[in-house]
Amino acid sequence: MNTQVVNIINNLNIKGQTIKFFDFFKDPSKVFKTIGIPILSIAMFLVIWNAVASQIKTSLGQVPGPAHVYQQIITLYGEHVEERNKETAFYERQEKRNAKKLEKNPDAKVKIRPYTGKETFFDQVITSIVTVITGFLLASLIAIPIGIICGLSTTLYSALNPLIQTFKPISPLAWLPIVTMIVSAVYISDDPMFDKSFLNSAITVMLCCMWPTIINTTVGVSTIDKDLINVSRVLRLGWMTNVIKIVLPSSIPMMFAGLRVSLGIGWMVLIAAEMLAQNPGLGKFVWDEFQNGSSNSLARIMVAVVAIGLIGFLLDRVMLLLQKSVSWDKSAIIR
Amino acid sequence: MNHLEISQVAMEFETPTGPFVALDNVNLTIAKGEFVSLIGHSGCGKSTVLNIVAGLYQATTGGVILDGKEVNEPGPDRGVVFQNHSLLPWLTAYENVELAVKQVFTGKKSKAEMKEWILHNLELVHMSHAIDKRPSEISGGMKQRVGIARALAMEPKVLLMDEPFGALDALTRAHMQDSLIEIQARLKNTVIMITHDVDEAVLLSDRIVMMTNGPSATVGEILPVDLPRPRDRVQLAGNKQYNEYRAEVLKFLYERQRKIEPVPAISSEKKKAKSDDEEIAA
Ligand SMILES: Nc1ncnc2c1ncn2[C@@H]1O[C@H](COP(=O)(O)OP(=O)(O)OP(=O)(O)O)[C@@H](O)[C@H]1O
Ligand SMILES: [Mg+2]
Repeated sequence: MNTQVVNIINNLNIKGQTIKFFDFFKDPSKVFKTIGIPILSIAMFLVIWNAVASQIKTSLGQVPGPAHVYQQIITLYGEHVEERNKETAFYERQEKRNAKKLEKNPDAKVKIRPYTGKETFFDQVITSIVTVITGFLLASLIAIPIGIICGLSTTLYSALNPLIQTFKPISPLAWLPIVTMIVSAVYISDDPMFDKSFLNSAITVMLCCMWPTIINTTVGVSTIDKDLINVSRVLRLGWMTNVIKIVLPSSIPMMFAGLRVSLGIGWMVLIAAEMLAQNPGLGKFVWDEFQNGSSNSLARIMVAVVAIGLIGFLLDRVMLLLQKSVSWDKSAIIR
Repeated sequence: MNHLEISQVAMEFETPTGPFVALDNVNLTIAKGEFVSLIGHSGCGKSTVLNIVAGLYQATTGGVILDGKEVNEPGPDRGVVFQNHSLLPWLTAYENVELAVKQVFTGKKSKAEMKEWILHNLELVHMSHAIDKRPSEISGGMKQRVGIARALAMEPKVLLMDEPFGALDALTRAHMQDSLIEIQARLKNTVIMITHDVDEAVLLSDRIVMMTNGPSATVGEILPVDLPRPRDRVQLAGNKQYNEYRAEVLKFLYERQRKIEPVPAISSEKKKAKSDDEEIAA
């Protein structure tokens, strides 16, 4: 390779930290540890999966191995592309028709009808991600203030704690019917901004995933270093200043631990809720495939399972990055 | 009228094994600009006295009067320098001082004046070079300096310091003491300082208040230190009077207030007291 390029990359200077990109590859044991070992373990997992899968026969045929699942990923992607093409074609046809109409009669009323095709696997993925993030944000907006208040005031803590502890273990499956009924009763509008099914899923996610954030924030706030509280008292900081300058920064690590658990729970809850309520999303995809019962169904469900896992992992990474960016202690090891 | 008066203060803590009387009948009057050290064995109640003056604790009986007003809550007129600096780790040195200055001077000083005042106080403790550093990026002694700057910047009537240099090595400690002497000469604050270090007490104080052992600790003896200022540690080392003061404090601590001495089976609590005693002797 061009040595000049190597030098430039070698000395990339970002925020005063020289990134020794190529040095990394100069140390084989390090490369093996950070890349080799994970690859090896994944390969081993695939081999075992393949071996076990070939031994089990179900009413829907053989349990699919990795190759079969991979093939279904390609198929699902193909279906997605096809559906999109249909959609653009549909709109093009309408536009052409409208253009013709307008040519004949410039005052003619033209309309574009929305495309109502089948939702593809990738559409369902997007729906699920948007729903879980909405529910999670709603939950955080409620949970963080409650956590802070509970952490600051022992009176409010003892008032709210029994409620929190009782609501916490409630399964999403129990919330869902209640949420569905209440949403249909309360959310009445001629031109609804959100689908009811979307609201049902998001609210169920919210109800199930706010507890870890509340509890962790409470603990974080109530275990602030006593000396820092004394500093605040000596300075006679106002309530808001105290919260912003002292309480929030010192409880950020605990708060984020809670937020990450919350998001993880929210994601699991969402899939279950979508399955049970037939609300659009990955859960519905899994259920539909299960009902469908073709020879490819199991493989398609497994694609969904892998996607659910990967997205959950990704969501956690995003939270981690967020935590790192708001954390004042840049030297702390955050995993 | 007295500047600061601690009168008949008693402090009782509720403990699982019943009430514990930490302080009983503590009386002390302090004049404006006076530098007073509190010295005594570990656990005798020095911090408790300081916290009562700060308003962080409420005395069970008796009370503290500062310039004719009773103290019953903490406030910036009594600046506290905590034992372990207690800077906010997420703020830079400048911002730590700024927090205090904004709290005290908003509405009294303009923004530019406040900025100048913050920089002035950091300069006073020789920290101008590191104003943008976070506590984790500076040494223990530097953190303590910023803590002192923060307390001074509030322009407190009384400066309260709980073993401000206890966690520092001997060299840094000497350095900090010299800084404090210099600052004190310029600002003439009223100071109450807790210390375990006999030399430090004699070097810095106008009076040394020696406390008896707890429980029910009280003021044992008060030793006025009549050494000319400015004081210089090297010159004082050979000074006869200085050594007499030292001996006086040591006698109080090790003869009159000697801790009941070790039975071989040392519980962990006693072990702690013992190591603290050694520190006093050092
Ligand atoms: N919040 C509290 N509850 C119960 N007991 C307490 C409390 N604070 C202090 N005490 C007791 O009061 C006594 C005096 O404590 P204090 O911290 O004032 O001692 P000290 O002289 O500052 O000791 P040291 O030199 O080790 O800092 C101790 O016996 C301690 O156990
Ligand atoms: Mg103490």
